[in-house]
Amino acid sequence: MRVAGKGLIDRACPVAFHFDGRAYEGFAGDTLASALLANGVRMVARSFKYHRPRGVMTAGSEEPNALVTLGLGAAQEPNLRATTVELHEGLWARSQNRWPTLGFDLLAANDLLAPFLGAGFYYKTFMWPRAFWERVYEPVIRRAAGLGALSGEAAQDRYERAFAHCDLLVIGGGPAGLMAARAAAEAGADVILAEEDMRLGGRLLAESEEVGGVPAVEWVAEIASELAAMPNVRIMTRMAVTGAYDQGTYGALERLAPDVADRAHAPKGAFWRIVARRTVLAAGALERPVAFAGNDRPGVMMAGAVRAYLNRWGVAPGQSTVVFGNNDSAHRTVADLQKAGVHVAALVDSRHYARCDLDVAFYAGAQVCGTAGRRGLEAVTIATTKGEERIAADCLAVSGGWNPSVHLACHMGARPVWDADRLAFLPPEGAVPGQRAAGAAAGEFSTRACLESGLAEGLRVVAELGLKAPEISVPSAGDAAYDIFPLWQVPGKGRAWLDFQNDVTVKDVQLSARENFRSVEHMKRYTTQGMAPDQGKNSNVNALAVLADATGRGIPETGTTTFRPPYVPVPIAAMGAGAIGKGFAPERLTTSHDESVVRGAPMIEAGLWYRPSYFPRKGESHWRQSCDREVTMVRGCVGVCDVSTLGKIDIQGPDAARFLDFVYTNMFSTLREGRVRYGLMLREDGHVMDDGTCARLGERHYLMTTTTAAAGQVMRHLEFVAQVLRPGWDVRMVSVTEQWAQFAVAGPQARDLLNGLLDAPIDDAGFPFMACGPVRVGGVAGRLFRISFSGEHAYEIAVPARYGAALFRELVARAEAMGGGAYGMEALNVLRIEKGFITHAEIHGRVTAYDIGMQGMMSAKKDFVGKPAASRVGLMDPERERLVGLKPVGAVKELLPGAHLFDESAETVSANDQGYITSACYSPTLGHVIGQAFLRRGPERIGERVRMVDHLRGTETLCEVTGVVQYDADGGRLRG
Amino acid sequence: MRLGCPVCGERDRREFYYQGAAVARPEGDAWGLDWDDYLHNRDNPAGVTRDLWQHEQGCGAWLIVTRDTVSHEVLDVALAAEAGA
Amino acid sequence: MVEVQAESPGKGRLPVTAGALRLSAAAPERMTSLAPYKGQAAALSGAMQAAHGMGWPKPGRMTGRKGARAMWFGREMALLIGPEPDPGLAAHAAIVDQSDAWAVLVLEGPEAAQVLARLCPLDLRDQVFKRGHVARTEVAHMAGAIARMGADNWRIMVFRSMTGTLIHEAETAMRRVAARRNSPV
Repeated sequence: MRVAGKGLIDRACPVAFHFDGRAYEGFAGDTLASALLANGVRMVARSFKYHRPRGVMTAGSEEPNALVTLGLGAAQEPNLRATTVELHEGLWARSQNRWPTLGFDLLAANDLLAPFLGAGFYYKTFMWPRAFWERVYEPVIRRAAGLGALSGEAAQDRYERAFAHCDLLVIGGGPAGLMAARAAAEAGADVILAEEDMRLGGRLLAESEEVGGVPAVEWVAEIASELAAMPNVRIMTRMAVTGAYDQGTYGALERLAPDVADRAHAPKGAFWRIVARRTVLAAGALERPVAFAGNDRPGVMMAGAVRAYLNRWGVAPGQSTVVFGNNDSAHRTVADLQKAGVHVAALVDSRHYARCDLDVAFYAGAQVCGTAGRRGLEAVTIATTKGEERIAADCLAVSGGWNPSVHLACHMGARPVWDADRLAFLPPEGAVPGQRAAGAAAGEFSTRACLESGLAEGLRVVAELGLKAPEISVPSAGDAAYDIFPLWQVPGKGRAWLDFQNDVTVKDVQLSARENFRSVEHMKRYTTQGMAPDQGKNSNVNALAVLADATGRGIPETGTTTFRPPYVPVPIAAMGAGAIGKGFAPERLTTSHDESVVRGAPMIEAGLWYRPSYFPRKGESHWRQSCDREVTMVRGCVGVCDVSTLGKIDIQGPDAARFLDFVYTNMFSTLREGRVRYGLMLREDGHVMDDGTCARLGERHYLMTTTTAAAGQVMRHLEFVAQVLRPGWDVRMVSVTEQWAQFAVAGPQARDLLNGLLDAPIDDAGFPFMACGPVRVGGVAGRLFRISFSGEHAYEIAVPARYGAALFRELVARAEAMGGGAYGMEALNVLRIEKGFITHAEIHGRVTAYDIGMQGMMSAKKDFVGKPAASRVGLMDPERERLVGLKPVGAVKELLPGAHLFDESAETVSANDQGYITSACYSPTLGHVIGQAFLRRGPERIGERVRMVDHLRGTETLCEVTGVVQYDADGGRLRG
Repeated sequence: MRLGCPVCGERDRREFYYQGAAVARPEGDAWGLDWDDYLHNRDNPAGVTRDLWQHEQGCGAWLIVTRDTVSHEVLDVALAAEAGA
Repeated sequence: MVEVQAESPGKGRLPVTAGALRLSAAAPERMTSLAPYKGQAAALSGAMQAAHGMGWPKPGRMTGRKGARAMWFGREMALLIGPEPDPGLAAHAAIVDQSDAWAVLVLEGPEAAQVLARLCPLDLRDQVFKRGHVARTEVAHMAGAIARMGADNWRIMVFRSMTGTLIHEAETAMRRVAARRNSPV
């Protein structure tokens, strides 16, 4: 219910929303949680395991209970904390983990079975029969124990990623963060102030107190507007810093205000990478519960959250409240409630020495030991020295003390440090370079101390950045000492919750210790304590204390589990922002792309490139028809194919020739100018890295081509050789892959086609096989290479890329006029398999020059990369699987890449494996299927028969081993 | 993670390619134990290590990065062409 | 004689606007990579000064002016932008035509830096990355370059084949930045 005259909500601006199908009204400035509480909705969820009724417990991102689902369909977003969902017009929220309704949930029966469902229950119960693991147990458990569900539809890409850089990142916009930001900003530092909440102020928004003689929220507004006016300050609200990483890098999740996110083209949120020279961690502290029987009932809330709902949102969560605590937070809560006219039934202070000057039923040295109520709290039982007493109440505000938010100080592996006076873990100093903690995050629990600490850390940063310290004084503020007496659990019968989100109780942790899972990490895994989306923010310290007690150790000896990012749950869509659809990977398109698409060619991916698979013509209904025609066209007439995707590297310098001799197995210093040579490149481990041609354009000038797939790897390798292995050599290289559009023109009529196009015609004498040189096409300077990947008389012509589209159209039109045309990747593959040429299907990283029959290309006269390793006997063993050709001779006329080879009569098991097929196709030239394979002692077995078996596809046939080159073995057509 | 490229200044790790330990290539083209070490045998130090990285998306320089595998501190970044592996 | 027409990268897809932001193709210019041979850096700089009126740029910087610029472009490499390179430079450096290898796009507008913050991990704050600065970097997962030509005027370069991807990524970021305008952030 609302309390008149209180809160930072805009009562002039009502907001209509729905929860579980019912219409409600809240105000601008509300969260879903505050609006539900204002409407008297206490039960908002069912718990994870026992399906217990649950209500709002906190007022922040640590909320364990009030998880809801927003939106429908592809926009459905589960597991949002109602405490951080900003209320906006038309909000449609649903509760989770209940069926059929929140009020009547069939799986609430789990709660009655609780004695059988304790820690380790899954491991002990679902052991047998084994066949049930995946088919019965897992589906049932998954349905029963759960969070919200995804829609199953593809998510909409509405997150963006962004980078930011600053001198100082301040994490948290409470009193400490504001002072730190102000100190650094006034000194001229570049500051990012990141606040998880929708507005600055932190805890000051939730308390009724004064800072600098004015209400705290007014002080916040004043300093916030000062900071906002400074050009060197970026205030980023709704920004949860989620992780601390190396060298001052932080991850942060930003959620846009609902009205901004609703605009056309606006993102829903952003995942930021922030790089900061210095960081002040002013993330505040979280209040912790106390474990007592029935402490999970709707209406049991954190005392600080009760004050937050009262002071910030003008909501009294109950009509009659009992307040229970072990520190002064409880007294403060009573005072605020009474001042607002809300009835307080009792103040229960576990400290036996506590005094109270408030007009309230006061119980010192007493504890809450039980609660009652069906769907929400109706009564509280307290244990005093005189016995038990039952007090009617619909709200119980609890404070077990405060846990500094040390997470971001511990993300690089350090553990927090136990402070026995404050009964809290404090951030370890220096654990994240450049980061220091201030305010409540550093264990300062009074407002004045937070302001002082924030200023001090801000000024330290100013000094470290070499800036002049500004004159800033600390405003007056409350400075009460923090007094706390240990109370982690109240003994007694009944289940006392530690981890509300995963339904872990005190008994579970005690059982874990009894069953010898005594290490905190073991206890965590055995009980699932701290493994829910809240990652134990509310519960870990209490669970540690219970474990420490159960194992007879102290809290510091028991230790904490590891803190890992993210601090708050981050949607996968945010982490992968921009990587959906076209953002998944860059697309590289050749200059002939549009023309190929116009011609109906299906485009296939080749690395990042897109290349035409084949060019269908009228009457062709199957890719094989097109492919066969294109192959026949090249063999009989002329074909045109875009080969621009091959890597092209320009290499120049006095040591260029010697450099190439070192990176290739064969010689390039002996290559004549104006000639091209095929080269083979090894990795240093003696295996083949890549192959391709290299042209000598001048005495000190070469042009290397690489395969499409290995272009990047080869470029990196060449730079490695030049900079690391041979830094003294004078050689310069640069990629020209994209400068040139290059087209293969292949077939008996290739020269005729070119001569119709070139400004000056060529002939065989002037341009023999493996020649290269400059040409002009329509006045454009280009390059011509007489090389062939098809085995035909062929050329590759290159022009600057801007002319690529026009030249491709011209070449194809002329080829078609001659009876030829464009050919795609399928035909290119058939042509090269017929000729025994290899691709990365063959040089797949595990083969040697010897395996592909190119041992003769390893020069004995010089050193080259990979030479020592390639000389190892194991890499020259005749028993190795070596390249051969294959053709099927059995009943099944098929070869399948990936299929394995066996001796004709051997059992087809892996022990008898003789090799495998790497490439296969139907050869229209030869009229049957052909393939390439690696076969043990392959070249010695030509003419023999082997059995091909594809165990995956269930195909089997007999094959004959052939030479690698299955067509035009003497190469006469190349030179024609 | 960020690395200070001697040419470009401090940059995000996504601009860099990581190769592995910076070890010197043995002289000569005959196989031997030195080659076996160069190719296959690596220390796995908890502490200071020297690696080869390339500022592949940046200036293209190959770098020798000295860093601490425990603290993740980057102690030194030098041009491989000058420092040698 | 056959006629082959030139086509610009991003043909038909530029310019793109969103709010006050504009993405367009830079006017095509001759671009030549210069990579000095060992010990030739000073001689190359002198020859450039004599022939084209600008010296060798320091890492991350540009020299010269509109129409004749030298842009640092990597370890021991610069792009000569504008003039046809003087043949005398070849004595000191490897010279390679790169006019067609790179797509050069212009991003303009008061929030252009915010758009770039969504495309690349560089620190582009005014006090760090000033007019005349250039960086080779990662642009939306592509190897590229970013240069600042003025307060609100930037050039983005990626390999020509990836022009479409750059336009898509930049346009998406531009729309999002424009949509956030006047938001309380």
